[in-house]
Amino acid sequence: MTGTSLADGGVQRAIARRRFLDLAFQALALLILILALGSLIALITDVWRDGFSRLSWDFLTGFPSRRAANAGIWHALSGSMLVILVTGTLAVPIGVASAIYLEEYSRRNLMARIIEINITNLAAVPSIIYGLLGLGLFVRAMGMGRSVLAGASTLALLVLPVIILSTREALRAVPPSIREGSYALGATKWQTVWYQVLPIALPGILTGMILALSRAIGETAPLISIGALTFVAFAPDGLWSPFTVLPIQIFNWVSRPQVEFQANAAAGILVLLALLLTMNAAAIWLRDHYQKKLS
Amino acid sequence: MKRFEPLIEWALLLCALLSIGTTAGIILVLTIETFAFLREVPVTDFLFGTNWTPLFATPSFGVLPLVAGTVMVSAIAMAVALPMGLLSAVYLSEYAPLGVRRMVKPILEILAGVPTVVYGYFALLFVTPLLQQVLPGLAGFNALSPGIVMGIMILPLVSSLSEDAMQAVPRGLREGAYALGATKMQTSLRVVLPAAFSGITAACILAASRAIGETMIVAIAAGQQPRLTANPLVPIETMTAYIVQVSLGDTPQGTLEYRTIFAVGMLLFLGTFMLNLVSAWLRARFREEYS
Repeated sequence: MTGTSLADGGVQRAIARRRFLDLAFQALALLILILALGSLIALITDVWRDGFSRLSWDFLTGFPSRRAANAGIWHALSGSMLVILVTGTLAVPIGVASAIYLEEYSRRNLMARIIEINITNLAAVPSIIYGLLGLGLFVRAMGMGRSVLAGASTLALLVLPVIILSTREALRAVPPSIREGSYALGATKWQTVWYQVLPIALPGILTGMILALSRAIGETAPLISIGALTFVAFAPDGLWSPFTVLPIQIFNWVSRPQVEFQANAAAGILVLLALLLTMNAAAIWLRDHYQKKLS
Repeated sequence: MKRFEPLIEWALLLCALLSIGTTAGIILVLTIETFAFLREVPVTDFLFGTNWTPLFATPSFGVLPLVAGTVMVSAIAMAVALPMGLLSAVYLSEYAPLGVRRMVKPILEILAGVPTVVYGYFALLFVTPLLQQVLPGLAGFNALSPGIVMGIMILPLVSSLSEDAMQAVPRGLREGAYALGATKMQTSLRVVLPAAFSGITAACILAASRAIGETMIVAIAAGQQPRLTANPLVPIETMTAYIVQVSLGDTPQGTLEYRTIFAVGMLLFLGTFMLNLVSAWLRARFREEYS
């Protein structure tokens, strides 16, 4: 009698121990998630505290200055916007076309596999390597110099894999029955793709495009290595103009020892984050808006 | 219309081939300049030398200090990202109620989308001063603080890819474990985790490759002093930070100094390329296991 009750107690204890471990494990995992969330909050509040007082209309529309209090970011902000515009113009048509080829046209052969593996690999190549490619190819070999066009071409190659991957996903989500219906009506392959598949996949493609460009707008390293200057004091006036971008201006200010310039960097970061937030919100809105419409 | 169809297909193929061209371009540009560099500097001096002073009057081109700096910062980053990323992946995949997942995943996505120059600012002006209160010996530029911040940056990558791998493990395995009386933790750690092992390893290797290639955090917060040390408290320099340092100066084309960044870039490219291939191979194997 006593033996069984002892054994029962042992089992009870073992179960209690397991339950406790299970709970402790959950608590630990939650703690880590809170820590990750906390670091995000710390980052944003730190930047906000350092930089908010510098934000003003004059800061947005001003030009760099040797005196931190007079410095603005219009040259970098307009540089960023022009570079992203050109990057998108170059990368989106090529990326979408590549995705259409891989998803709609290519047969499952060796060539398709090589292209696919290559794209996955390119997506993981460090961005500064793209900078070296841009320096060797666009700036030197093709003689573009340190221009907006050279920078945008470099970034276009950088975001191309991202655009291809997201476009393929959007195309894959289009039900095959749509294509079959189109073929049944006598449409050619391209007519099917152009008039049926692309319009349905468009929101997905646009979302991917915005996310890819929002990655490009935060990129610093490749543009530094192609030699985008850190002390351009004017807004770019064309494709061949020298330029600087917001992240590079931020980097320039962070690297200075004076606290006043670091405050400028924080204010620049706030502008950059606001820009990113807007782009991401647009992407989410597009996704939700059209998802509802389709279903 | 029919006549144009083959033309369109060729045009589309041409676009798809541009990605192959990009890879070829990277390899070509790096190889040409690296060979030019190695004509003047013996390859053994480059790979095994322990002194990196290419900008001095009597230059020395031993790349090991840069490699050591890169490895140290990446190791610190992985030491932060691996346990945290894996635990949060287990939690999100096995424990978290739907509401928590819906809230946490976008936050992780935001963490992954913050530009690296912002993380650099955070490392230099927030984390380093914070750590200096605990570690008085910590220099203003060091490997520790950018390493930690880089760990936070790659945490979402580790977490979301590992979570995908765990989600791909068939339910039957979990149910079998529960039927044998295992708790959730035992099931997660002893059944799901081993079953998803190759997928998780692929995620970790990809994260390591990201850490090695990460540039702005270390360029801002780790310093510019290439040195062969295991001490994370002093300034160092990584391969990527060196490329940035030279790029910021106005280096004329064709000089040895100009070529060093391509030689260092070649090393960086080969290292990350190898890691990426291994990761892709593991992912493919994992997919085969469960399909």
